[in-house]
Amino acid sequence: MPQANAKVDKEAAVPAAAPAPIELTINGETFRHTGAPDMPLLWYLRDVLRLTGSKFGCGVGQCGACTVHVGGKAQRSCLLPMSALSGQAVTTIEGLASGDDLHAVQQAWIEEDVPQCGYCQAGQIMATVDLLKRKAQPSDADIGQLTNLCRCGTYPRIRKAVKRAAQLLAEAKAAEAKAADPKARANDGKSSEATS
Amino acid sequence: MSGLTRRRFISVMLSASGALVVGLRHAEAAALPNVPMDLLGEPLTSLGAFVRIERNNRVVIGARGCEIGQGVMTSLPMLIAEELDADWSRVRVEQLPYGYELGPDGPTNRYGPQGAGGSTSITDGWKDLRQAGAVARWLLVEAAAQHWQLPHERLDTEAGHVVHPDGTRLPYAELVERAAGILPPAEPVPLKKPDQFRVIGKPARTVDARAIVTGRATFGIDSYLGGALVAVMMRCPHLDGSVESVDDADTRKVQGVREVFVIDGPVPGSSFDTNLAAGVAVVADNTWAALKGRNALKVSWKPGPWAEESSARLEAQAAEALKGDGVVVRSDGDMAAARKTAKRTLEARYQVPFLAHATMEPPHALIKLEPDRALFIGALQNPDGASRVIADLTGLPREKIEIRMTRAGGGFGRRLENDYVAEAVMIAKKAGKPIKLFWTRDDDLAHDFYRPYGLHQLSATVDRRNQITGFAHLCAATSLNYRIARKKDRPPGAGCLEADDFPAGLVPNLDKRFFSLESGLPRGPWRAPLHTFHAFSVQSFIDELAIETKQDAVELRLKLLGEARELDYAGHGGPKFDTGRLAAVLTRCAEAIEWKRKRTDGRGVGIACHFTFGGYAAHAFEVSVEGRDLRIHRAICVVDVGRVVNPLGVDAMMVGGTIDGISTALNLAITLKDGQVQQSSFGDYPVGRMAQMPNEVEVIVLPSEREPSGAGEMGIPSVAPALANAIYAATTVRVRKLPILPELNRRL
Repeated sequence: MPQANAKVDKEAAVPAAAPAPIELTINGETFRHTGAPDMPLLWYLRDVLRLTGSKFGCGVGQCGACTVHVGGKAQRSCLLPMSALSGQAVTTIEGLASGDDLHAVQQAWIEEDVPQCGYCQAGQIMATVDLLKRKAQPSDADIGQLTNLCRCGTYPRIRKAVKRAAQLLAEAKAAEAKAADPKARANDGKSSEATS
Repeated sequence: MSGLTRRRFISVMLSASGALVVGLRHAEAAALPNVPMDLLGEPLTSLGAFVRIERNNRVVIGARGCEIGQGVMTSLPMLIAEELDADWSRVRVEQLPYGYELGPDGPTNRYGPQGAGGSTSITDGWKDLRQAGAVARWLLVEAAAQHWQLPHERLDTEAGHVVHPDGTRLPYAELVERAAGILPPAEPVPLKKPDQFRVIGKPARTVDARAIVTGRATFGIDSYLGGALVAVMMRCPHLDGSVESVDDADTRKVQGVREVFVIDGPVPGSSFDTNLAAGVAVVADNTWAALKGRNALKVSWKPGPWAEESSARLEAQAAEALKGDGVVVRSDGDMAAARKTAKRTLEARYQVPFLAHATMEPPHALIKLEPDRALFIGALQNPDGASRVIADLTGLPREKIEIRMTRAGGGFGRRLENDYVAEAVMIAKKAGKPIKLFWTRDDDLAHDFYRPYGLHQLSATVDRRNQITGFAHLCAATSLNYRIARKKDRPPGAGCLEADDFPAGLVPNLDKRFFSLESGLPRGPWRAPLHTFHAFSVQSFIDELAIETKQDAVELRLKLLGEARELDYAGHGGPKFDTGRLAAVLTRCAEAIEWKRKRTDGRGVGIACHFTFGGYAAHAFEVSVEGRDLRIHRAICVVDVGRVVNPLGVDAMMVGGTIDGISTALNLAITLKDGQVQQSSFGDYPVGRMAQMPNEVEVIVLPSEREPSGAGEMGIPSVAPALANAIYAATTVRVRKLPILPELNRRL
């Protein structure tokens, strides 16, 4: 891929004479914003930090392409002024995976081959992660509450991927619980019949 | 292909890094003792050719197309990988830049066709990209033959290795150096037989998927260049209007705003290789500053020549126009005589609105102009056009213009036009700096090349035995001839009425005429252009005919299609239209939806079929209307697109086409009032959301040994009529005007 992105200088984002900087964490790192306080988070992420995974789609909160998590909840970053984010923890699509380990939702998206153009998918994934936190086993109606727009028409595959992600998360949780329970571990060899 | 031409097409060289490079380039360049670096390209920003085999035996394949979501980043490299016998799971794909070069015989493209329009990427690639892969494989086998001193024919290849008759395997990487010294064969290399395919026909996931789901895929809008300023435009909302006066005092007070200036609009009627509208450019350090600066502008506009234009007026003009004679598009037999002798003549009018493309990633452009060269980075569908636009506006020779295509956040035809490229060049020239042009959603909805508006009057004559003896299709529409250079070379009904579409050639008397409507609204191709409204009017009307004459709607279509045979088809997707293939998708679709089963639960089933760009598609829906809610219980799409290269890709195009078709048919219209577009957001241009869509689209791809037709556009035209027919079956309300939902709610 052509890589024209100029290097981001973290210091450059923090002019020396800046009054009342806004401090927040993004994907676990602390940043101080000293520019326009009314700048929406989306443009801070994109233009200042060059975290371009969150996309512009409408600028008025209708399409969800810019969805990020603030304090663990899905928010549309095109409408969130930096002034409202002091002390907040933001997670963007770039911060969703743990290193090379993809989040279950990202994994499900690949397995169901969801993306076509791919532009809205970061927002779809962030919205889905939030949905699965609230509804671990979402019904079709629950999934229908996802309001992010996809112009390519990937909705049916998104639906499949949401269900697959819910399954992956449930399996991971069960494995974790099993690992934490010494009795279950001891019975590991014998339990397969009982659980199948 | 002659020997000389062929050597020009395929050439081989060993790159500085020791990688074997096979691609379409000049023999002259390959013959040079030292390959110039600019031809090889920088390893990370561009690939000099289609195939690069690295020392670790990783195969890198260049993707030449414009990836707009149709999957060419995956499917085109699959064609090369197949003939190369590469291990697909170890292939890395890289986007190629635009490959213009000026050869001794004039301009050529070293990569062949690169645009994305008319669903042609796969059909084009089927012809030349497989050969590029086959030549690379031939060279590697030849190198191994020399190494082992065995005849070429005794060696085989598998998954990136040449295989000795005793089973010994040599990785391609170890043969690269020797292969680069071998002259490619003068004649085309034989291609694999289909039963030898290991990549083609096997499902392959999007090669960029991991980058996409981690937010690391770079779209055009994600590209930045050091020193580039962000520009936004406040464009004149009046069609062909102009700037009267500008008060930019408050704009200049916004921190980060650098410059404010007027950009003139195109001369009305001039060729369209310029910008779309006059306006005021705000150039700033970042996007937010530019947007704030734009909000603070006070601009007075001069409305221009279309100040009176409105959708209501256009509808009235269309009805009036149909009273005239029009221009004959096709005429068979004697329709007037058929009307006189008919037992009955049935007639209905259908109306289709203007549509915007509304790509999720709005138009944008990153441009850097220097005295002797230019660099463009962004999402395109027509890089050739972009190169010409930049050359026209800068005076630079095209070989000095570098174009890097990025992944595009949708296309749907919007990026076939390069008005936004022109606009960025105009701004960059005035600003004297590299410019990143950014369009907001309201910019995008108000300034587009819209799908044409049309009023279609259909009539059919029926004899005593309920046979259709004549068919007339009169279309009053705003053609695609908007600001077209050499307009006189194009038919008046361009993009509105296809002479040989169904049921042409299937009824003895046919009368197809076009009635031109004037409009100041720009028009352009929109996914499966005229086929979307052709199919809606014709396939809805066939349904009405079936009901009026008490025939089964599927049987009637099959009766019209008759025995399987090929008819001449002059339009894109021809030269032949196979009635049997259309009948087959229709029949399969009827089976899948259980067409014959009577529904008693308020549900209705509708069906439609259409031939688009060489592909055959049928849709069926089962719907109910509960209160004001339309519910789609089942959605079926059956296609025959010839041999399938990537089954997952074709399925994606059909699911996506169906959903796009539903969203558009139910909800979308661009309307005009006082010479201005009235829509400005996803609030008033409500692209469909998950809740409105069927949970699943059941896609059935008929197996075929025919040449592939491509798949990007076939999945949409038959959606709107199948939906309208299903709604009639469920409610007895016949919707003849798109979009469906406002019309249905008005009538219920």
